[in-house]
Amino acid sequence: METVKINDLACNDLPWKVIYDTERCTLCGSCVSACTFGAISPKVERRRKSFSDTETPEPKIKFSATPVIAQQNVLKNFCRGCGVCERVCPNKAIRSERNPDSRFHVVYQASTGSGPKRGGRNNLDPHYRTLDTLRVGRISQMTDPSLDAQRHTFDCLAPLGRILPAAKLPFTVGQDGKLVKNGHTPPVRWIYPVIIGDMSIGALSWRMWEAVAMAVAYLNEECGLPVRMCSGEGGMPIRLLKSRYLKYMILQIASGHFGWNRIIKTMPDMIEDPAGVLIKIGQGAKPGDGGLLMAAKVAPHIQAIRGVPKTDLLSPPNHQGLYSIEESVQKMFLSFNAAFKFRVPVAIKVAASATSVSVFNNLVRDPYNIVGGFFLDGIDGGTGAAHDISLDHTGHPVVSKLRDCYQAAVAQGRQGQIPLWAAGGLGKTGNLAADAFKMFCLGANGVFTGKLILQLAGCLGNDHGRCNACNTGLCPAGITTQEPLLVRRLNPDRVAENIVNYFLGMDQELRKLMAPIGNSSLPVGRSDCLVATEKSVADRLQVQYVC
Amino acid sequence: MCRIGAIKSLNYLHPSKALHLMQSQQKGHDNSGFAMVMQDLGGIFAEYKDLPTLSLACTDEGLKIAETLLQDKGFKQVYQWIPETNRKPGMDIQAMPNYVFRTFDYPSQFAGATKEEKEDLLTDTRLQLRATMEKDATGFVYSFWPDVITLKEIGDPRDIGAFFNLLEPDDSFTAKLITAQCRQNTNYAIVRYAAHPFFLQGYTALANGENTFYQKNKDFQSTLHRGYVGFESDSQCFLYTLHYMHRQLRWPLSYYKHIITPLPFDEAVKREDAEQLFAIRQSLAHLEINGPNTIIGALPDNTLFVVCDAKKLRPIVVGHTADTVVFSSEVCGINEILPERDWETDIYPNEREIVVIDKNLEVQRWKQ
Ligand code: SF4
Ligand code: SF4
Repeated sequence: METVKINDLACNDLPWKVIYDTERCTLCGSCVSACTFGAISPKVERRRKSFSDTETPEPKIKFSATPVIAQQNVLKNFCRGCGVCERVCPNKAIRSERNPDSRFHVVYQASTGSGPKRGGRNNLDPHYRTLDTLRVGRISQMTDPSLDAQRHTFDCLAPLGRILPAAKLPFTVGQDGKLVKNGHTPPVRWIYPVIIGDMSIGALSWRMWEAVAMAVAYLNEECGLPVRMCSGEGGMPIRLLKSRYLKYMILQIASGHFGWNRIIKTMPDMIEDPAGVLIKIGQGAKPGDGGLLMAAKVAPHIQAIRGVPKTDLLSPPNHQGLYSIEESVQKMFLSFNAAFKFRVPVAIKVAASATSVSVFNNLVRDPYNIVGGFFLDGIDGGTGAAHDISLDHTGHPVVSKLRDCYQAAVAQGRQGQIPLWAAGGLGKTGNLAADAFKMFCLGANGVFTGKLILQLAGCLGNDHGRCNACNTGLCPAGITTQEPLLVRRLNPDRVAENIVNYFLGMDQELRKLMAPIGNSSLPVGRSDCLVATEKSVADRLQVQYVC
Repeated sequence: MCRIGAIKSLNYLHPSKALHLMQSQQKGHDNSGFAMVMQDLGGIFAEYKDLPTLSLACTDEGLKIAETLLQDKGFKQVYQWIPETNRKPGMDIQAMPNYVFRTFDYPSQFAGATKEEKEDLLTDTRLQLRATMEKDATGFVYSFWPDVITLKEIGDPRDIGAFFNLLEPDDSFTAKLITAQCRQNTNYAIVRYAAHPFFLQGYTALANGENTFYQKNKDFQSTLHRGYVGFESDSQCFLYTLHYMHRQLRWPLSYYKHIITPLPFDEAVKREDAEQLFAIRQSLAHLEINGPNTIIGALPDNTLFVVCDAKKLRPIVVGHTADTVVFSSEVCGINEILPERDWETDIYPNEREIVVIDKNLEVQRWKQ
């Protein structure tokens, strides 16, 4: 008899259970070698079998030592439910199953003295989405004709850069009756209204980052879609900085300032300006937390790009030295504008928060006209690594906050002066075009997306707690790891192809939504074409309630 | 669909012409109203070209309110025209008790005022009148401006013509520029203010169409100028944009088209003036229009023009003779007014041009 050791960790304490069928298993070892988390291992079980080999029952007992695959009941190696074992098993002998009776949070904290961390996504309340209660409900019929998504031309671009009110444009009327520009206006780039959001080269594997960069170059150069990609914190390879492809990249600076040493040193050799600079103040999935790159992911090339040793890289929760909006405007924005000689738009990314409108108001009223975009990141976005507590219990949804910012701009007659870009769980259902379109109608000029790009690359995680181990450096899909063996699981050409195809499809779908409302350019602020099937949503967003 | 029209001539014309122009297109509209703006007035108003004329439809109470307000401000009435109305049984018209067309001299303290100061006074006075009368719907003030008369009525245009005695031409009530529209705003509630043409500070606009960027336009315009009020019709936005770009920004008329229907990006980048075009599109993104539209507009110097939406989804024809130009939704309207013209010179404006008729009646086609 075994004694009951109630305080020892058991597999049924863990969030996932590995279900294994000895009968089907040939012990090929594929699952064990494929499981990056070490959650399963071979072991030998003592089996007892009673049998009778005579015509009348004469039971005999046979003991055997049977090799099996067993789940590890070790905290460090808990099963993430990624399903890779099931994928590689030729005999359907193994799979993982969600454990509804998991005691994981309790046992983890009780034994480690710290809360769990994870990467990937926020898992709270994954079923209800505000955007799903909105519909494009104003369809052009008799009073105005709808357009033809295939035949008509559509202008699907969005501005990035500070836009002056018309009365402030340095225009005079020339002798020929034409407007003549005689003065500087802030740089504005018209780009595709979906930016590939800031995922750093440290958070992503180099193959994954390269795949995204390839997709962006292809979309620009072969498909005519001016899609931009944001570097994320931590810089990028010097070769890229010096290449003509830099023009498709938005360089990010976050509170750790990682990678900027090399960027600044490379400036004299840049042959193109970057598409923009994004100052990251906060991140929607974990507002109030700084960046977190675990030592496991700080591979030699990351050390080189960032100029750091192999250690946990923690960006502070705020920019040291910036204590007020005025300072951030004056110091940070001015220096970045000046660094690129006022030729490159400089934008800011903040986590959606109850205070977002105040931040936005301060920026939109800034007298220097140097804030070229307000990137608002909501609770439902992704992250490379964060504490569970931040992911599960902090944050603010993006939809109402974006609407608040737009309406604040409208009240001041300043809509469009600082383009609004929104993110945070957009495209979560797989359809980014629909989510983006609804956000445009609510006032966003554009949207940005990160997590969806991981899905396109084959990410096995989901919003129900599956995988989400991006923080460990052991990504089973080769997406968020720097382990050479794991990185090779990812085929960058296929990933690039998936991203390109998805964008082409999304572009079609955007037209399919613009056509029925009879618009040939993006309906930014056209809340009149949305209806809400929930009264509370309708009231909050000021769109028509329908039932 | 609405039907719209405009007549500009070197000679003074009676509004019966405008009624005929619209009558012939009556199958295209629903006979629910008639409205017109007369500019560059002749006949009885010819002597008062520099003095503001009030166009007002009101109840007796409204009339008192208006008289008191104008008097308090120091306006001195110098002329009044009372249309001879004749109501017959069975007429389809929802007439107001009083129609006021009165010309005033400026208050004495404005004797040395600049043109701008006087114009501000007129606008503020009209807005004040409008706000005061709006409460109990005691009156509708359509324009208060020199050399301009506005008439808007709900009902069958023919009955409206008969009621105001406008079917028979005479020399006493004439203008060189008349813009007219038949049909009330049937999309929404019937409101007198919702009938085109709309007028603000010398600018007139009327449209046949549906502005699907109405909400965006309205949100943006609401804070741009105190005169941008009402928004009873999505077509008012066209007037306010015209006023904003021409009077407030002082940009030439040719940029109107660039604001409301900007060139597609891939065409704009190839242009010499790409920088300006992008700046305009960026800064005035919320004044872009969408949906099917034809817009007729007039400037304070009585220049008349017409533009269409970027996909040319609503019709308009321009016909002309040596002394008269007619814009009409349907060519049958022009045939009615200018039967003798050389119809081969008719212009069907395309989606990328503005057709402009200047002071001397020269017809110009400006490519966007
Ligand atoms: S589901 Fe993933 S983590 Fe769990 S045992 Fe299988 S491979 Fe390992
Ligand atoms: S598959 Fe990789 S990227 Fe996706 S959740 Fe797991 S660790 Fe993260």
